[in-house]
Amino acid sequence: MGKGKAPEWLLPLALLMPAALFLTLFIAIPSVQALWLAFQTPGGSWSLEPFRRMVTDTRFLPALRNTILLIALIIPIQLVMALTMALIAQSRRRGAGFFLYLYAIPLAISELAAGLVWLAIFTERGYLNVILRGLGWIERPIVFLSYERPLGILLAVVVAEVWRATAIVMVTLVAGLQMILGEYWEAAEVFGANLLQKIRYVVLPLLRPSLQAALIIRTLFAFQTFAVVVALGGGVLPVLASEAYTWYVGANNPHVAAAYSLVILALSAVATGFYLYVLRVRPEEMGR
Amino acid sequence: MKGRAWIGSALWYMGAIALALWVLAPIYLIGLLAFSPRMAVYRWPRPLLPLEFSLETMRFFVSATGTLAATRNSVVVALLTMMLSLALGAPAGYALARFLFPGREAVRMGILMTRMFPMAILSIPLAVTFIRIGLYDTPWAVALVHTAMALPFVILITASVFVSIPRDLEEAAMTLGCSPLSAFLRISLPLALPGLAAAALFTFVISWNEVFAAAILTLRQRTLPALVITVLNESPLYFRFAGGFFMVAPALVILLIIRRFLFNLWGITSR
Amino acid sequence: MARVRVEGVRKTFGKVIALRDISLTVEDGEFYVLLGPSGCGKTTLLRCIAGLERVDRGRIFIGEREVTGLPPRHRNIAMVFQSYAVFPHMKVYDNIAFGLRMRRIPEMEARRRVARVAAMLQIEDLLDRYPAQLSGGQRQRVAVARALVMQPDVLLMDEPLSNLDALLRLHARAELKRLHQETGMTIIYVTHDQVEAMSLGDRIAVMREGEIVQVDTPMRIYEAPATVFVGSFIGNPPMNFLHGVVEEGKDGWFFALEGHRLPLPPLREVSPGQSLLLGIRAENIRVDERPHAEALPAEVMVVEPLGAQWLITARIGEQFIKLTLPPGRPVAPGQTLWLSFPIEAVRWMDARSGQAIRELAPAASGSGKAGDSRG
Ligand SMILES: Nc1ncnc2c1ncn2[C@@H]1O[C@H](COP(=O)(O)OP(=O)(O)OP(=O)(O)O)[C@@H](O)[C@H]1O
Ligand SMILES: [Mg+2]
Repeated sequence: MGKGKAPEWLLPLALLMPAALFLTLFIAIPSVQALWLAFQTPGGSWSLEPFRRMVTDTRFLPALRNTILLIALIIPIQLVMALTMALIAQSRRRGAGFFLYLYAIPLAISELAAGLVWLAIFTERGYLNVILRGLGWIERPIVFLSYERPLGILLAVVVAEVWRATAIVMVTLVAGLQMILGEYWEAAEVFGANLLQKIRYVVLPLLRPSLQAALIIRTLFAFQTFAVVVALGGGVLPVLASEAYTWYVGANNPHVAAAYSLVILALSAVATGFYLYVLRVRPEEMGR
Repeated sequence: MKGRAWIGSALWYMGAIALALWVLAPIYLIGLLAFSPRMAVYRWPRPLLPLEFSLETMRFFVSATGTLAATRNSVVVALLTMMLSLALGAPAGYALARFLFPGREAVRMGILMTRMFPMAILSIPLAVTFIRIGLYDTPWAVALVHTAMALPFVILITASVFVSIPRDLEEAAMTLGCSPLSAFLRISLPLALPGLAAAALFTFVISWNEVFAAAILTLRQRTLPALVITVLNESPLYFRFAGGFFMVAPALVILLIIRRFLFNLWGITSR
Repeated sequence: MARVRVEGVRKTFGKVIALRDISLTVEDGEFYVLLGPSGCGKTTLLRCIAGLERVDRGRIFIGEREVTGLPPRHRNIAMVFQSYAVFPHMKVYDNIAFGLRMRRIPEMEARRRVARVAAMLQIEDLLDRYPAQLSGGQRQRVAVARALVMQPDVLLMDEPLSNLDALLRLHARAELKRLHQETGMTIIYVTHDQVEAMSLGDRIAVMREGEIVQVDTPMRIYEAPATVFVGSFIGNPPMNFLHGVVEEGKDGWFFALEGHRLPLPPLREVSPGQSLLLGIRAENIRVDERPHAEALPAEVMVVEPLGAQWLITARIGEQFIKLTLPPGRPVAPGQTLWLSFPIEAVRWMDARSGQAIRELAPAASGSGKAGDSRG
C-alpha cells in the first residue's frame, strides 16, 4: 500500500507547520530585519553609521565591560550555590523535597521584581543598613547604591541575580542529578570516596551535559540583563540590553538599538559555541 | 561513628536552612514593606517584624494612575500568550514526541537555537514593523512577541509530556475501534492535560514577568512591568516596593499550583 | 472467528528490513505462535496484521476480506500489548467496555458482555478499580478481557506473559490455554520463550531475521528442526550438532566423525567429501559405560545435576556434546562414556547451508535395539 495514500511524514509536518511559521515570522524575520536596521541610516540608505555611533558612544565600552563582568561574577557563584542546593535537595534526608521546593521559588520571580526586592534591602534606609545597625556595626546608614560608586551597584546586581536566577541552574542540575545520584553515588561510597571526591570524580563528570545546558541558558539570559540593573541603578550602570533599550526608547533610534542587539546576539553565539566546545560530551563516555 | 553521623546531619540541616533563609528572607522583607504604612520606608531605623500592618502602601499602588489598566493589560497579554503558545506549541510537541520523520533532530535543534536570539533583536525590529501595520501599542503586539519567546519552551514541554504517555495506549485504542484522532482525544489528551495545564500556567508566568519587549512595544497600553519600569525613576520608593510585591505575588501562587511539575518543566527545556 | 492469510509482506524501517516477504496462513480457531529471538520481526509482523504498521508490499487477509490498507479499527481484530496498555485514567470496567463503546454497542449489552468476560477471567471484583491499583497479573487479565470482549475475528498477543514473574507466568499460561479451548478463537501469539511456544501453540512459526524458517506443530519442530538454527533455538539443552564429512567406503558411504565411522542412511543430494552435521537431541543419545560396536568414546567434562536429570557435557575428539542422564548414575569428569546415536533420532544437516537434508527412504538400518541401557 502506501500508494494513493498520504505519506507518513505529512501529519507531523502539518502539526509542526504553524509553530514553524510563527517562529519564522517572529524570530527569523525580525533577526534579519535587525541586521538591515543596524546597517542603515534613519534615511534608509546603507551605512555603517549605526555601528559607528554605537562604538563611539561613551557608554558603549562600559556597557560591554559591565555585561561581561556581571556574567563573570554571577555565573561561577551560581554554579556553586546551585550545585550545593541540588545536592541538598536530592539527598535522602527528611525534608529534602521541601527544601527543593523552597529553593525553586525564585523561578517565578521576574528580573524587575528581584531588582525591586533587593532595592528594599540595599537602599539607603533599607534592610541591610537596618541589620548592620542592629548588630551595632554602624550608626548612620551607608549609601550602597550611589552615583559615585558604580561598583556598589554592580555588586548589588550580582547579589540580586544570584538570588533570583540560581534556581534556574539548580533545577537544571536536579534533572541531571536524579539519574546520577542513585547507584553511581553509592558505588563511589562503597569504594570509599569522601564527599568531595564523590563530587569531583563522579558527580561533576557525569553531570557535564546538564552543566552545559544550565550554563548556556544562564549565559544567554545574562547577556540580556536589563530590568534588574535599571531597578537597582537607575541609569547609572550601563549594560548592553539597557543601552539598546535607551537608544530605542530614549533616543528614538532603532538603528543603533539594533546594532546593540546584534552585539548581544554575537556574544550569545560565541558563548554557546564556547560551552559546547569546552564541555563537549563524548557519547561513549555517558554509557547510554 | 554515631557521633560523626550526627554532626553530618546537623551540618546538612544548617546548610539547608541557611540557603532557605537566603531565598525566603528577601521575599519576607518586601512583603513587610508592602504592608507597612507608606512613610515607614523613610523611617530610620525600622523594625524587622510586622509591627505596623497597613494596607496604605498597597492601596496607594493599586489606585495610582495606570496600575489597574496595566494589570488588566498584563493579564490579557498573558492569557493571549498562553492560548497562542499552547495552540501552536502543543501540536508541534506532539509531532516531535510521536512521529519519526526525516529532519526531526534538525527541528529539535532549531527549536533549541531560538533561545540564542535575545529579546532585543526580536522586539526592536518588530516595534518598527508593528508601527507600520498599526499593531504597535496593543496587547496583541506584546502577546505575539511573548509567544515567540515562550513557544520553543512549550513545544519542548509538550513533547516531553506526550513522550511520557506510552504510545501503546493510543495504539490499543485504535485496535479497539478508535480513529487516530479519537484515540488522541480520548486517551492521550486526558492523560496529558495536567502537564499541558502546568505548561500553560508557566507560559502565563513568563509573559507576566517579561519587561523588555513590553516596554518597547507599548506606549499607553502598558503591561504592569512595563509601567513600573518606565515610571521607576520618577516614583517614590514605596511605590516601587509595592509594585515589586504586586508582581511577585501571583507568580508565587502559580508556582505553588504547578509545583508538582516544576522540575520536569525546567529539566526538560534545558536538555 | 476467521482464518488469517499473509502474502509476501515486506516491511522496512529505513535501511533495516524487518520483514522479508513473509507468507503464512493461520487456520480458523488455531493457536498460532510466532517464535524467534529478539529483533527477528515478530512484533513488526503482528503490528502489520493489526494495521498499526503499514506494509511496504504484500497483502493481508482476515477471513476472506483483504484488510491490507485498512486502519486497525476496520479489521475486527483485538490485541493484547506487551505493556498491556491498560488506560490509566479509566477504571477497569471502562477499560473493558471501551471498545464496545467505540462500536456504539448499547450500554445494556455492553454491561452483559463485560460481566461475562470479567467472570471468565475472574476479575469481577476489580471492575471498580483504577489500573494503578492492580498487580501486574491483574493488569494482564484486564488487557486480555478488554480484547476478548470485542469478540474479534483474530486475537493478537505480543508477549503478554513476559512482564509476569515465573510462577504467575506458569499459571497465566495454563489459563490462556483454557481460554483458547473455551472460546475457540483464532489467536496469533508472539513470544521469544520456547517453552511458552511449545505448550501453547497448535503450530509454531519460527522466525529469524525477518523470515519464517519453519512452521510446524511443536513436536515436529522439536524433533525435526528444518535448520540448524531451529534446532539450537528450541529445546533445552539445544540440539547437538556434530561436524563430519561424507566418505566413501567398501560397503557404501559413511559419516566420518573425529576418526570414527558412522553409517549413513540414504540421503538426498549428498556426495562424498561433503561436510555434514549430525543433529541429535541430548535425551536421544544412548549412553553405555562399556564400549560396543557403533559406540563412540566421549570424555566427560562437566556434570550438572539439575534435579530430574543430570546434564553432562562431554567431548568427542575436538567436539562437545550435551547429554542427559537419569540422576544417580555414577559419572564423574574424566570418565569415558560410550555414546551411540539411534539413526531414527538423527537429523542430518548440510554444514554449509545449515538446512536439513531429507532422507530418500525411511531409515531402517543399524540402530534397531529398542531398549537402551539407561535406567
Ligand atoms: N519503529 C521502528 N523503527 C525502526 N526500526 C524498527 C522499528 N520497529 C522495529 N524496528 C526494527 O525492526 C526489527 C524487528 O523488530 P521487532 O520489534 O519486530 O522485533 P521482535 O522480534 O518483536 O523483538 P523482541 O523479541 O525483542 O520484541 C528490529 O531490528 C528493530 O530494530
Ligand atoms: Mg517484540
